[in-house]
Amino acid sequence: MEQLFQQVASGLANGAIYALLALALVMIFVSTNHINFAQGEMAMFSAFVCWQLITWGYSFWIALPLTMLFSFGVGVTIERVILRPLHSAPVLSIVVVFIGLLAIFHSLAGAIWTHTVKPFPSPFPNVSFAGSGLIGAHQIGMIVVAVVMLALLFSFFRLTPLGLAMRAAALNPDSARLVGINVDWMLALGWGLAATVGAVAGVLVAPVVFLEPNMMAGILLYGFAGALVGGITSPGGAVAGGFIVGVLENMVAYLGNMLERATGFYLIGNGEKLTVALLIVITVLTLKPSGLFGRVTVKRV
Amino acid sequence: MSNMLEVKGLKAYYGPSQALHGIDFSLAKGSITTLLGANGAGKTTTLRAICNMVRTEGSVSVDGQSVAGKATEAIVRLGVGHVPEGRGTFTALSVEENLRVAAYTRRDKAQAARDLEMVFTYFPRLKERMAQQAGTLSGGEQQMLAIARALMLGPRLMLLDEPSFGLAPLIVQEIFRIMRRINQESKVSMLLVEQNAALALALADNAYVLETGRVVMSGTSAEVSSNEQIRKSYLGY
Ligand SMILES: Nc1ncnc2c1ncn2[C@@H]1O[C@H](COP(=O)(O)OP(=O)(O)OP(=O)(O)O)[C@@H](O)[C@H]1O
Ligand SMILES: [Mg+2]
Repeated sequence: MEQLFQQVASGLANGAIYALLALALVMIFVSTNHINFAQGEMAMFSAFVCWQLITWGYSFWIALPLTMLFSFGVGVTIERVILRPLHSAPVLSIVVVFIGLLAIFHSLAGAIWTHTVKPFPSPFPNVSFAGSGLIGAHQIGMIVVAVVMLALLFSFFRLTPLGLAMRAAALNPDSARLVGINVDWMLALGWGLAATVGAVAGVLVAPVVFLEPNMMAGILLYGFAGALVGGITSPGGAVAGGFIVGVLENMVAYLGNMLERATGFYLIGNGEKLTVALLIVITVLTLKPSGLFGRVTVKRV
Repeated sequence: MSNMLEVKGLKAYYGPSQALHGIDFSLAKGSITTLLGANGAGKTTTLRAICNMVRTEGSVSVDGQSVAGKATEAIVRLGVGHVPEGRGTFTALSVEENLRVAAYTRRDKAQAARDLEMVFTYFPRLKERMAQQAGTLSGGEQQMLAIARALMLGPRLMLLDEPSFGLAPLIVQEIFRIMRRINQESKVSMLLVEQNAALALALADNAYVLETGRVVMSGTSAEVSSNEQIRKSYLGY
């Protein structure tokens, strides 16, 4: 039983990372209808930047905001410089650009920091908690930081005029222009915020998976799965989807282990987690194409 | 006194095809002018061209200020409240958010707050529905919201694209009465596009009739509505 709790807890911790990535994907999707395939590599690059700052002697809690600022700038720049001229380009060209970005960040990170795996120090104090051993300090830290980040972001979109303007620009660009909103800048800002959210995900997961240019490859797939399960059009849904996928993948492995222990028959285990996650996505999308929380707006014709 | 709107040699293109072939008209400050014409005549395109939402040639000036080369959002901030065809409400946002977002670029927040009160005097119904999702409003209420949203920009000029479209006659009358009040009480000049020519001519001071991207007749509303031939061939009543 304790093992089950442990699996759920670590599932939530992983889920926090998936939720952040899913949200980053959704933020760009709702305003552009594009999936940013480079989101994972951008997050990886940000994690390297943070690591670099830490090795230069900055404390983690200074390095993190600096990294977020850097990532925000990178996101805004990518939108303004690379994607801006392609606003009316065919989808396939945009996909090629994203794949190009992915390759660029990947090889740039390899060139600057080499491909050797580096440990990333956890910023969270290694104290034991009441249910000692149930869940590690870093995992709790991951969940807390992710939840704080999400709360800030949702308050920003719900409560501030700029957040409202960004939502309006994503919902209906033409109408947004007609109320004086500079839609192009809103897009760039959205990119900046998405890159920032991704950066936090990268930095939080780096101590767990270790730092190297390939660190985000599998994780982005989970983030993508989370976004699809929750609903690619729904930021709140994507976050929920991320947590759901995180817990589910651990449950699957856990039940597989139980089964093997009970019957000696190996059906499923850690190796199949990704496959199962993708199966879940396909099942959800078959039953409910807009995702679990994908909102279909009520519209009177 | 300069005109509120001055349009000269306006041409507009959708890709390679030309929708407006050089249109001239002007709109005196404080007046209401209507653009009439059959489906596809180019009425919507004219409004879109004024706001630089299509590729255009020719000159447009708002209150003496040329809008050449300006982005749509910059033209809007000159005080042009465009109520687009199909209303363009943010259906997923609440009524309140629709109104608040229109005041986003305004510097004078106190004036924006007063304008919200003024909007409620024109559209008391919207006040009751502030928290409701805009997509769930009735058609008439959505049209009211679209006009109210444009008012929240503090406009000098409103461009209204078929505000009567798809609405029951009673609601249309109510909306047109409110438009007259907005014109008179808030001193907003209006360029009104309408299919319903009789209604538009009753409200407007002047009228222009378009056919396939050209002005085929213009004059005061009285002149246009008393022209038997124009009425029969273009206005269909
Ligand atoms: N997005 C577009 N792409 C290509 N052609 C267009 C587009 N919008 C309008 N047109 C063409 O431009 C011409 C003028 O259209 P416009 O929408 O301005 O007419 P309208 O007078 O507003 O008609 P309606 O009364 O039906 O609204 C038409 O021939 C139309 O087919
Ligand atoms: Mg039209």
